[in-house]
Amino acid sequence: MKYSVFLGALTGAGLAAGAVAAGTLDDVKARGKVNCGTNTGLVGFAAPDANGEWQGFDVALCRAVAAAVLGDHSAVEFVSTTGRTRFTALASGEIDLLVRNTTWTFTRDVDLKFTFVGVNYYDGQGFMVPKSLGVTSAKELDGATICIQTGTTTELNLADFFRTNNISYEPVPIETNAEGQQQYLAGACDAYTTDISGLAATRATFEDPTAHVILPEIVSKEPLGPLVRHGDDEWADVVRWTLFALIAAEEYGVTSANIDELVANPASNPEISRLLGTEGDLGPMLGLSVDWAVKAIKAGGNYGELFEKFIGQNTPIGLPRGLNAQWTDGGLLYAPPFR
Amino acid sequence: MPGQPFVRSHMLPERAPPATAAGPLLWLRENLFSSWFNAILTLLSLGFVWYVLAHALPWIVQSSWTANSLTECRQQIAASHGPGTSGACWAVIRERYLQLIFGFYPSRLYWRPILAFGLTLAALAPILFPALPRRLLWLSSTVPFLVPWLLWGGSLWLPVSIALGAVLGYAALRLVTPLAGSLAGVIAAGLVPVLWWLFGAGPATGLLQSALPLAIDSVQSRAFGGFMLSITIGIVAITCSLPIGILLALGRQSDLFIVKTLCVGFIEFIRGVPLITLLFVASLLLNYFLPPGTSFDIILRVIIMVTLFAAAYMAEVIRGGLAALPRGQYEAAAALGLDYWKAQRLIIMPQALKISIPGIVSTFIGVFKDTTLVSIIGLLDPLGFSNAIRADTAWNGIVWELYGFIAALFFVFCFAMSRYSMYLERKLATEHR
Repeated sequence: MKYSVFLGALTGAGLAAGAVAAGTLDDVKARGKVNCGTNTGLVGFAAPDANGEWQGFDVALCRAVAAAVLGDHSAVEFVSTTGRTRFTALASGEIDLLVRNTTWTFTRDVDLKFTFVGVNYYDGQGFMVPKSLGVTSAKELDGATICIQTGTTTELNLADFFRTNNISYEPVPIETNAEGQQQYLAGACDAYTTDISGLAATRATFEDPTAHVILPEIVSKEPLGPLVRHGDDEWADVVRWTLFALIAAEEYGVTSANIDELVANPASNPEISRLLGTEGDLGPMLGLSVDWAVKAIKAGGNYGELFEKFIGQNTPIGLPRGLNAQWTDGGLLYAPPFR
Repeated sequence: MPGQPFVRSHMLPERAPPATAAGPLLWLRENLFSSWFNAILTLLSLGFVWYVLAHALPWIVQSSWTANSLTECRQQIAASHGPGTSGACWAVIRERYLQLIFGFYPSRLYWRPILAFGLTLAALAPILFPALPRRLLWLSSTVPFLVPWLLWGGSLWLPVSIALGAVLGYAALRLVTPLAGSLAGVIAAGLVPVLWWLFGAGPATGLLQSALPLAIDSVQSRAFGGFMLSITIGIVAITCSLPIGILLALGRQSDLFIVKTLCVGFIEFIRGVPLITLLFVASLLLNYFLPPGTSFDIILRVIIMVTLFAAAYMAEVIRGGLAALPRGQYEAAAALGLDYWKAQRLIIMPQALKISIPGIVSTFIGVFKDTTLVSIIGLLDPLGFSNAIRADTAWNGIVWELYGFIAALFFVFCFAMSRYSMYLERKLATEHR
């Protein structure tokens, strides 16, 4: 409690100091670069490739924001943050936005004074067990040893799940996902629990992925999204509507392949025209250029393209769309109207 | 003939000793099988070594160097060594070794860190090996200004004007000391460069740069990573912590109350706090306390913290050396009429440092290895980078190969330091044995 008060006071001090500075959007434009807080490395979401370029699903959103604001998807300075440093880095102004698999929770939004601008991936915590264990449901895991990363919300979710089902477990604390993989493969624990996306990525690396099953129970809600500092609504709007532009583009069938054609020959759908700036002036309302959404979509593609490229069925991770499908396909992605 | 004494008429030629009393057999018997208990221990140890090698060597040798992902590695190993063989996937090292060494540093500028590293070694050489010509010391005095310029780039005039600060400090020492005494001289020598660096260096750089532009591409600190980051932090911390540590050790023994209190307080505070805490302070708290908009380079912050940490430990190691000196050495120095600094320089320190060599080098090695802790605050040192490489879908799941490569490189550096310290101890062994 005392610690969180201390942290809160610090955050408050940081915000008071930050409020003196100009708006983040102006800062970013003056700097010519977006400082984007990202992961030190998470499969599918953020990783440097062999040329040292950051790639991944979270990274792509940073690039889209940079493209929308500055017109250049490479005008991003990636700041790798750990689970411990991410919030202070954002509160102190070292980064402009944080896109790092961060779960949207009440305390983070309200107490830590951040603004979650949306959700770019709906995740949930699950369990992976070896097929040979013969377990088909997480409720059969009574008395099991479970590998779990310490200091994350997964630890608390796990305790909640086992308490509500009135069964017992023995935690095997681990520090990183790599350690978890090794411990699990070595048989140090019966089950491994983390977010489903992480489990899928981990299972894909095993020599025999078919020997392991991910149990059907999802024990928590993990809406992962980009966040910015409290109190800078212009900048929050820019990030929020960049994300919505990518989602809406998928809904309306605007892809990086056909976007040039759609801009050149405005389609009959006025919503697309407004999104792409061939009609109306949504961009200038945000303080951006008219074709901000075009640049954002061209940076890597619409939401669906990014999903398929980095974490979708054709990648080794092979995640299904599930909750992350458009609302028209039974998912939760729902971009408000562009008007 | 009985009673006839035996008289040898010629010497027998020397014969080789029996096989068990010389050569390898003797060595074996004396060192490995000198008693039944030792024989059992020897056999057990041999069995253990064989067990380890029998598992590790095939894994190291039956490997893949050419694959482009972990899955491909497994296919190649299964194809060439039979299915079910487990082998190392060294291909990840082939693809990423440059990243593990240079981090995100632009590849067309790799020559700059390499040149900087070479210059650093050349500058350290005359300090480490007194046999080398003394003229090389000129190089040693310019390298501290040249190397940061090579690493970070930017205007050449910045290091020049920073070096000018050092020259001004020396000039202040020389000018003020005759006028106002040695204490005022020392204070002036400390104050003048700091004032110059704070207020004069920036404008001077701008002025010189506009008059004669001399600049190379500047590289952001965020681009630093891998071993380059470790070595940068390590070398700066090691070279700066020794002089600071000496001053702190002397300060702790000083009779001046304030100096002594400050030194003791500093040493005890730093030693009482884990390095990780200091790194968190450098990375997080300073961000809050500094006015918004100030960009105090994160690597510089970390270097300062690691240096202070190492200096506190160094001070205690050197204090151990000072305590080991007989009281008579101090008295003899005083009897010769030497003042404090001369006594320290000519009599006390050479002996105290010699005694402390093993401790000093242990601290150096510890500091160098501690640089891997920066991965906790999100800097991509080799360990941090191994995590980032694993986050690539192609290489997710690779552990031992990356850690093995990193461990091997760390071993090279630490072993070299350890060997040098043994060389130094032998060279300085002047007492009778």
